[in-house]
Amino acid sequence: MSARNRELLALVPAALLVAGGFAAVFLQQDELHAEVSNLSLTIAAWFLGLCLGAHIIIRFTLPHADPYLFPLVAILASVGLVEIYRIDETLARDQATWFVGGLVVFAATIVLLRDYRPLERYRYTIALAGIVLLLLPRVPFLDAQVNGAYLGVAIGPITFQPAELAKICMIIFLASYLRDTRQVMAQKLRLKDLGPLLVIWGTSMVLLVFIRDLGSSLMFFGGFLALVYVATSRLSLVAVGLGMFAAGAAFFATTVPHVKDRIAAWQDPFDPELFNAQVGGSYQIAQSLFAQADGGLFGTGFGQAVLEPRSILPAAETDLIYALITNELGLFGAAALIGVYLFIVERGFKTAMLAEDSFSKLLATGLTAVFALQVFVIVGGVTKLIPLTGVTLPFVSYGGSSVIANFILLALLLTVSNRARAPR
Amino acid sequence: MNAPIVRLFAVMLLLFALLVAWTSRWTVLQQEELQDNANNRRGLLEELRVPRGPIRDRDGAAIARSVERPDGTYQRRYPLGNLFGHPVGYSFATLGRTGLEQEYNDELLGKEDAVSTVLDQIVGKDQIGNELRTTLDAKAQRVAIQALGGRRGAVVALEPQTGKVRVMASEPEFDANELREESSLDAIPEGGAVNRATQGQYPPGSTFKVVTTVAAIDTGRYTKDSMISGKSPKVISGTPLSNSHGAQFGNITLTEALTKSVNTVFGTVGEELGGDTMQEYMERFGFSSRVEIDLPAGERASSGVRIPGRERFVKVDDRRVDVGRVAIGQGGLLATPLQMAQVASAVANGGELMKPQLGDRIVDREGRTVEDIEPESLGRVMKASTAQEVGDMMAGVVREGTGTAAALQGVSVAGKTGTAERNVQTDLNQPWFIAFAPRENPKIAIAATIEESQGGQGGTVAAPIAKAVLEELLR
Repeated sequence: MSARNRELLALVPAALLVAGGFAAVFLQQDELHAEVSNLSLTIAAWFLGLCLGAHIIIRFTLPHADPYLFPLVAILASVGLVEIYRIDETLARDQATWFVGGLVVFAATIVLLRDYRPLERYRYTIALAGIVLLLLPRVPFLDAQVNGAYLGVAIGPITFQPAELAKICMIIFLASYLRDTRQVMAQKLRLKDLGPLLVIWGTSMVLLVFIRDLGSSLMFFGGFLALVYVATSRLSLVAVGLGMFAAGAAFFATTVPHVKDRIAAWQDPFDPELFNAQVGGSYQIAQSLFAQADGGLFGTGFGQAVLEPRSILPAAETDLIYALITNELGLFGAAALIGVYLFIVERGFKTAMLAEDSFSKLLATGLTAVFALQVFVIVGGVTKLIPLTGVTLPFVSYGGSSVIANFILLALLLTVSNRARAPR
Repeated sequence: MNAPIVRLFAVMLLLFALLVAWTSRWTVLQQEELQDNANNRRGLLEELRVPRGPIRDRDGAAIARSVERPDGTYQRRYPLGNLFGHPVGYSFATLGRTGLEQEYNDELLGKEDAVSTVLDQIVGKDQIGNELRTTLDAKAQRVAIQALGGRRGAVVALEPQTGKVRVMASEPEFDANELREESSLDAIPEGGAVNRATQGQYPPGSTFKVVTTVAAIDTGRYTKDSMISGKSPKVISGTPLSNSHGAQFGNITLTEALTKSVNTVFGTVGEELGGDTMQEYMERFGFSSRVEIDLPAGERASSGVRIPGRERFVKVDDRRVDVGRVAIGQGGLLATPLQMAQVASAVANGGELMKPQLGDRIVDREGRTVEDIEPESLGRVMKASTAQEVGDMMAGVVREGTGTAAALQGVSVAGKTGTAERNVQTDLNQPWFIAFAPRENPKIAIAATIEESQGGQGGTVAAPIAKAVLEELLR
């Protein structure tokens, strides 16, 4: 079977999931509200149409690309869409619209960057763009502070999280920079080669101070270390990097109040003072754990979790969507979701291994690593493995910037894969 | 570069394994701990979505039922208004739960064993509450409330052979519907939050002489014909004790002493029996521990002797306790109305004490009995022969003694009056009456008391209340 036919076949589970999930939520809500709404079926049909459209684009432009990446993303998107629909119909409609936008950007990226190697030429421009994007939330009039962290930019009615795009810029820059310097760095470590490392470390510390977000900075720095390690095979560099990050994080954790609050909430979410605090308390993480406990092994089923009043699970459609999924699908469902992410990560690294040239390898590795770390940061936060920070769960959380940025990431991975798997 | 990529993948694998491990921690390993966390309101919100089962009286009349609201949650209604504020209580999300609503919460919510719940989840069966069928009798309860007539007090009537409580009335009552309407506990009238039948601790006065008589006869130290001096006043525990209205008696039998409620005779008997014997018999009747019944522990009080300035009860053999006065229901002795009903019940049931119960059975929505709440014995208080003799003596009280006001047409009632002084200066009394009927084949044991009555006597104030309720229950 050709790669594309396998891809088409692999879309079936996503189709079943979206149809079954919407039906379940629909039945559940139908029981409560007598009036019948066909919005659910419309959204489901739209979604499947979009998947097929994307499949056809891939079929014509990237015939050799990995056949599993897109169907896996479709599964994530359908779980996310069902859960968002279950929270609020309007949000689901918005999210479906974002998927349309995401797929347009996806198609455009594929068509424009079918040969992505010229990106190397613009690496400094891209790096600059990334830094500007990251600093945008602190520009007066544009800042939209959420829970004390500066993650969003408000342009009129639209709030947009530039960090999502910046992570891709950073990976492109690092992949091309390290392609040039990796030989030298691998041979002998000179002080001047440590320069970029220090620059990136400095940047992530600045990030921590400026956007006040430990999670994003962990994600960026982790992606960076992963790339440095793969490029040079030098564990010593990773160790030094981790040590520096830990030192920096420890310093800011005690000095930046927002970060300090998050860590206190993480250490003891049931402390009455923290739990009842108006701002920066532990109410959200505590509710996240309560929701997961309600899920148990099997979960309550789609549409059955307690979600009224809404304050019972704050930010259920974004930060805490993993808690809601665990609540409704149980440990088994949550583990399956992690399994899907793991499968994507596996396909991503596989693509990197198959790629011929260093830039392609590093690009695929970096994109995959930063994607995996984003999952780790948010799920780890929601499960209280690490302090909770507001990054999105890729392809599942509600949010336009996240959907669009992750579709660009997917498009880049697929183009690398197409090139790597093309018969010669 | 492929080797480091493989190692990097291994690191990611490890990180993701940690995520699954931590998810397991909250969903399985620490699930119960989280669900029991005081900050967790999910259980309460979830319960709102379950149609809670109704609570019915023994004839099937609805005491409590749930109605669905537009948002899909359920709310409690109490069709009988204030009739069963006690002991049924209330259940509202914002106000909490009390009484039977609390005691039988799991049954009313239809929480079954974990296995069937998981199965239900998979097949998508909704949780539906079960019905609690009580032993209560709405008609007799209404008679009791009417007989109390708004005066603070309580009536408890139960079946001696089974312990099934037929009437449990406490004034002031409250109407749980008003709590819902005002969504505040302030809707409970002053003093109405207490179930006087199980929580009111009152000096039982002469009704307690039944306990003393049982101890006297059951130990073999006395018979019903033992002669004791009933002169007044008589020095008991070093202090002179008088009979009611200073009445003088010569040497009289124990039977006559009970019929006429002669204090000095029972004071002497109590002193002779001693504190340890009295304590032993009281404990057999259930004194000195929280009164047994299917209500939350916080709504059940114990009976015993309290010495001034002390919070806790002391045993009767304590040297600070005046056994002679305890033997006539004074000297710091306090008893709940339910405890005094239990005294009559044990005599009525041939000496065996049954655990009082308000719940009769749990019935599912299809009308099948899920659980029968079986009567439970609390043990033997006295020999059957003692019960027989004391029963006869109590019958004499109603036939020709202080309790004639409780006599019923065509039915012989065995009872004992009591009049505890609450304030000698203002002549404020607490009248009591305990009884069982019919004497030959006891069907009901009862205790009735009014907290404060100006000059009222057990025989004139409390006995008619018991009579009215007995009449209804034996109809």
